[in-house]
Amino acid sequence: MSNLLNFQQNIPPYKAGTKSMSLTIDGKIIATDKEGYIKSLEEWSEKVAEMIAIEEKIKLTSSHWEVVLLLRQFYQEFELSPTMRSLVKYIANNLGKDKGNSIYLLKLFPPNPAKIASKIAGLPRPKNCL
Amino acid sequence: MNKPKTKKLLFLFRHAPYGSALAKEGIDAVLAASAYDQDLSVLFMDDGVFQLLKHQKPDDIEEKNIINILSAFTLYDIQSLFVCQESLAERGLRNTDIAIGINIVAHNTVSQLLSQQDHILSF
Repeated sequence: MSNLLNFQQNIPPYKAGTKSMSLTIDGKIIATDKEGYIKSLEEWSEKVAEMIAIEEKIKLTSSHWEVVLLLRQFYQEFELSPTMRSLVKYIANNLGKDKGNSIYLLKLFPPNPAKIASKIAGLPRPKNCL
Repeated sequence: MNKPKTKKLLFLFRHAPYGSALAKEGIDAVLAASAYDQDLSVLFMDDGVFQLLKHQKPDDIEEKNIINILSAFTLYDIQSLFVCQESLAERGLRNTDIAIGINIVAHNTVSQLLSQQDHILSF
């Protein structure tokens, strides 16, 4: 049974036109909205992050993880999903200007770092993202 | 092409948090406006000063803590924050009751501030 579930985990969760409204991880179903943001913050785990990253065609490296973990810290501190500007500033404050700039973040999380990185970090969709 | 002129916008908060959605809606408006590189100021007066208090515990009513969101303002380059001194005094509040860095201004400065704006949005 557990083999079967592990196998399931490796299937890309959607094909064009059939985008799923949930993720299945270790047999547990995690609800998402239609854009793929998970609905309940508490259900986030590193596996969830990896799964969402696959959907976004991003291979998570340590550079991605440090941004994702900072985003979760940002949310805990301010109860907000960041916009691009505030994300850049927050990353610059915490990791230095080399990483706190939009080009660096765009390379890690194309095409929209604030949205994509928030999604991977399990935060709600940034409301003020215009 | 001429660069469009920057507008001076002031967001006025006059209501206590949590009882209505005004405080939250106003903050969302400030954060959204910050994306447009305008000259933003935020002023708390009347019951709006209650939004600035320390020790808010909205978890029990499943609301987000206004102070946590307000403390993110510097990350959005919103630096011009003001609170009306008289409004604080009328409610028996002191400077030490305020949870964030903010300019405490007297009534005449409030009037000046209001008269300098292109637009005032009241919440």
